[in-house]
Amino acid sequence: MKLLRELLFPLIAVVAAFVVAGILILIIGDNPLQTYALLFGSAFSWPVGIGYTLFYATPLIFTGLAVLVAFRCGLLNIGAEGQLYIAAFATAWVGITFANLSPWLLIPLCFIAAIVGGGVWGAIPGILKARFGSHEVINTIMLNFLAVALLSYFTQYHYKAPGDPIMQTIPIGSGAHIARLGKFIPSLPLFIPVNLAFVLALVCCGLVYIFLWRTKWGYELRATGTNPTAAEYGGISVRKQIIIAMTISGSLAGMVGINEVLGYRYRYYDGFSDNYGFTGIAVALLGRNHPVGVIISALLFAVLQRGGIPVDAFTEHVTKDIVQVLQGTIILFVAAEAFFRGPFAKWGLLRRSKV
Amino acid sequence: MLELRNITKRFGAVLANDKVNIVVKPGTIHAIVGENGAGKSTAMRIAYGFYKADDGEILVDGQVHEIASPHDAIALGIGMVHQHFMLVDTMTVAENIVLGAEPGSPTALDLATASVEIRRLSEEFKLAVNPNVVIEHLSVGQQQRVELLKALYRHARLLILDEPTAVLTPQEVEEFFSILRRMREQGKTVVIITHKLAEVLAISDEVTVMRDGRVVGRVQTSETNAAELARMMVGREVLLRVEKPDPRVGAAELSVRNLSITAKGGAKRVDDVSFEVRKGEILGIAGVEGNGQTELIEALAGLVTPSQLSGKILFEDRDITREGARLRRELGIAHIPEDRHRRGLLLEFDLAENSILGVHYRKPIVSFAGVVLDNPAVRKRANEIIEGFDVRPANPDLPARSLSGGNQQKLIIGREFKVEPKLLLVSQPTRGVDIGAIEFIHRKLVSLRDSGCAVLLVSAELEEVTSLADRLLVIHDGRIVGEVDPKVATIEEIGLLMTRGH
Amino acid sequence: MSDIINIALIWSTIRLSTPLILAALGGMFSERSGVINIALEGMMLAGAFTAAAVTYAAGSPYVGLVAGMLAGALIAAIHAVACIRYKADQVVTGTAINILMIGMPAFLSGAFFLSSGSTPQIPKEQLIPWIPIVIAFALVPISWYVLYKTPFGLRLRSVGENPEAADAAGVAVARMRYAGVLLSGVLAGIGGAYLSIGQSSLFTRNMTSGRGFIALAALIFGKWRPFQTLLACLLFGLTEAVSIQMQGVVKLPSGDDIPVQFIQMVPYILTIVVLAGFIGSSRPPRALGIPYQKER
Repeated sequence: MKLLRELLFPLIAVVAAFVVAGILILIIGDNPLQTYALLFGSAFSWPVGIGYTLFYATPLIFTGLAVLVAFRCGLLNIGAEGQLYIAAFATAWVGITFANLSPWLLIPLCFIAAIVGGGVWGAIPGILKARFGSHEVINTIMLNFLAVALLSYFTQYHYKAPGDPIMQTIPIGSGAHIARLGKFIPSLPLFIPVNLAFVLALVCCGLVYIFLWRTKWGYELRATGTNPTAAEYGGISVRKQIIIAMTISGSLAGMVGINEVLGYRYRYYDGFSDNYGFTGIAVALLGRNHPVGVIISALLFAVLQRGGIPVDAFTEHVTKDIVQVLQGTIILFVAAEAFFRGPFAKWGLLRRSKV
Repeated sequence: MLELRNITKRFGAVLANDKVNIVVKPGTIHAIVGENGAGKSTAMRIAYGFYKADDGEILVDGQVHEIASPHDAIALGIGMVHQHFMLVDTMTVAENIVLGAEPGSPTALDLATASVEIRRLSEEFKLAVNPNVVIEHLSVGQQQRVELLKALYRHARLLILDEPTAVLTPQEVEEFFSILRRMREQGKTVVIITHKLAEVLAISDEVTVMRDGRVVGRVQTSETNAAELARMMVGREVLLRVEKPDPRVGAAELSVRNLSITAKGGAKRVDDVSFEVRKGEILGIAGVEGNGQTELIEALAGLVTPSQLSGKILFEDRDITREGARLRRELGIAHIPEDRHRRGLLLEFDLAENSILGVHYRKPIVSFAGVVLDNPAVRKRANEIIEGFDVRPANPDLPARSLSGGNQQKLIIGREFKVEPKLLLVSQPTRGVDIGAIEFIHRKLVSLRDSGCAVLLVSAELEEVTSLADRLLVIHDGRIVGEVDPKVATIEEIGLLMTRGH
Repeated sequence: MSDIINIALIWSTIRLSTPLILAALGGMFSERSGVINIALEGMMLAGAFTAAAVTYAAGSPYVGLVAGMLAGALIAAIHAVACIRYKADQVVTGTAINILMIGMPAFLSGAFFLSSGSTPQIPKEQLIPWIPIVIAFALVPISWYVLYKTPFGLRLRSVGENPEAADAAGVAVARMRYAGVLLSGVLAGIGGAYLSIGQSSLFTRNMTSGRGFIALAALIFGKWRPFQTLLACLLFGLTEAVSIQMQGVVKLPSGDDIPVQFIQMVPYILTIVVLAGFIGSSRPPRALGIPYQKER
């Protein structure tokens, strides 16, 4: 029953968003059902469809977890975008600078770079909030821009191959590459970039769950999120929790760098993130700020992202931008849940499903 | 002038007003009295359009009116001064007074005209205040005058005042009452909500008494006395005389020496306070709310920034003035906070999780490298508390929010007792708790004291502190103004100390 | 540096500040009423796209400008209803709108103009390069007057500071907040329209490129006050103008160029510093971000 209620509102929000977008599609003169068929059609075919869906889902799981951890501490991290950029660059920097190390050393080093890079960039707004009380939302927005400018400078002036017209660094050492899943699954071709980072993402979901709900640290973090004054009363340092939550959040976002740099492009590519950080907010919200929910909604958004391409190609008017329209509408409906709650309460279908 | 008929209002499971009938005659000062939580403010907030009644009707000048918002109430000539002032701190007096009833055209705010009118009203009612000062620079007494001017500026014929004297010194109260009388002379009607009987007798013409959300009496002030009103308010002849053996007092557990607490704005909340709490005794602190009790208890619990403190707090001869809440808990100090929703509970968490707050990082709650919560241990603790303190419903998986106030309080008390404290700080332990639970809580507090624990008890309920405490300190304006023996002192004596000290 | 560059720089600063001023003043009305507005970006995009599309279709930039304002207001209405009526988290709603408005213009232009992401070119004579600039600068004193010298402004500020007190004084809190958010949409819409039918001659995908956020930063930097916000916008406009024009002109003592990225970073760093309280204190409206709940 509890599970059902947890699923109910996200599901309604998604359906409502598809209805709204469907109306838009009708207005511009296309067939919504056909469009949606294209959107979902290719996502579940083996191996290409599923492979790509999992690949697209990987960064979204990380950023969804990042937003989730901050949210459980009562913070809104809309800076995952900046954190993952810093982390990806740090990863690439290690991969380039220590290219000749043995993979056994280099890969862990690169992992550490991603985790620390994202963690540091996440910790900054945490410290600013804990120390000066300045709002994390504005600071994370500013840090996003700052990260982009900073990395564009480093890429352009220091780590680009001379004469390369593309804003990207030179490649990392081959010892830093992590295996694509095709290596372990014979029927999955190697050109599909889903890699070990996907497995890492699932592991992180488990770790986040254990951390938040099974350890004293998670207890303190969640207590701070739900009632900081009571947490303080219970001997918990609210300031410390804010910094810890933002650091962990940044580290999780930072692991996108592992997927991107070590598993996919093997270099830092300026502007690689397709709004992963912001979509992470949608993923976490739709996933009810629970790791399992994050996996499910990351998969949904991954399907949408990939489905945009055939929609672009095979419908008359609808472009892949329908994906963003859907994303935005879904978040809007999830955020304004009271919109649905009202009628439900009126019909007496539920009392209170806030957990 | 104003009549409430069968007004009923629920907040969740709590019935705040149950078929309330109040008649306020024009040109009178009408007092509404009752204990905390009797539903006085709720009824008047409904009359002012702040809350919407679930049932019943409101009559103004004999006509039924729909009052959906304060805007409607103002239009009918009703003004209200709330217990917590409704002023915009960053704006000036004049801006606050005209807000929502601005003079001049929609395109030009005419504060000059307003200031003239404000000055006129100030003089007429002897409410001196400078219209151009920003609210946050005013004293509480001055802010109250602004609130009165706000209502008068809107041509209020009926003024509802919610606990207006709570923030005033006795001299100010006198002055305030003469302002009210002046208003009555000018034909205004005044409703004053209070729980202080002396004031009711001093100022009002008629009294409505409320208890547990119901009107239980309506009398002419001239035909009643304090004893009768008190009986109606409380509803029983003698309230809860707690059976307790003589204390077996031991050494001092807590010593407070010259403690002062300065608020963020610079105001002294607690001023040079010294006392001791000894093993095996209940030390009570009586006082009108807002006289520094909250800050004192929070400071002892480690919840006030050390930089705001001066003086010393010694626990078993160890200076803990600068130590945080966690260490104090580890030393054996437990705390039942006055506001259970703000401090005491994680409302969204279940009972099991709430039962470990404060010990969540210690054995036996954590196992496995001292990090992982031991679920069976958590549930065992929760069940012990639930059974030992009769928390209902007895289900550790329910969120704390779903419990009634009394059961929430029992959960907190159980949790704090469970650590077998050496010192218990307890503030308003029975606020918003039903009678059955009150007696239960009182018995538990006495048995804890008999087991040798030092208990410091703060309560706004005089009956409660006098019946529980072995020694009683009286606090006024942040200072300890006297110590009395609760066995022999009368309520009147203590009340006198509480309101002035000497 | 020659004088010519200075004059060019001033003009460039004014042009680049204009959309920031419009959006920031809009944000001011919303935030002063107590509603966080990180959806300025999305509202600007709505204004930019609609203004360009309507100007192209109707052949009149004035019709386009009005359409842009309305589009901004429409998006603002979504934000307002979600935040005020349904008490949604204002930051989350703003983020949703921003994502929605990255997609929506492209989606519509893909359908109507058969080009994903941009509208067709508008002839030069149908552009309005000056009007929005005039509006922007005129709006600064007007906003100041409205905010501090009219009953409307008094009420707006009061609901952002202490909605309960405003309610008790007879002010309709929700109505004032709707007004604040809608105004922000209108102004941000003009700011967006300026980008597409003033500064350039068509709408391109994500053409605001973060200006809504910079405007928000300028608003905070300007401490939610009109004239200070104007100064902040001019400062941020200047940094952008410098980063465009002075590339390769200013050199470090070592002889290297000052990388453009460092100039771009100035507004972001300044905002973080100001927010931390290092340069005076920037105190937001006290009820900012908190939905007003009557019976608690």
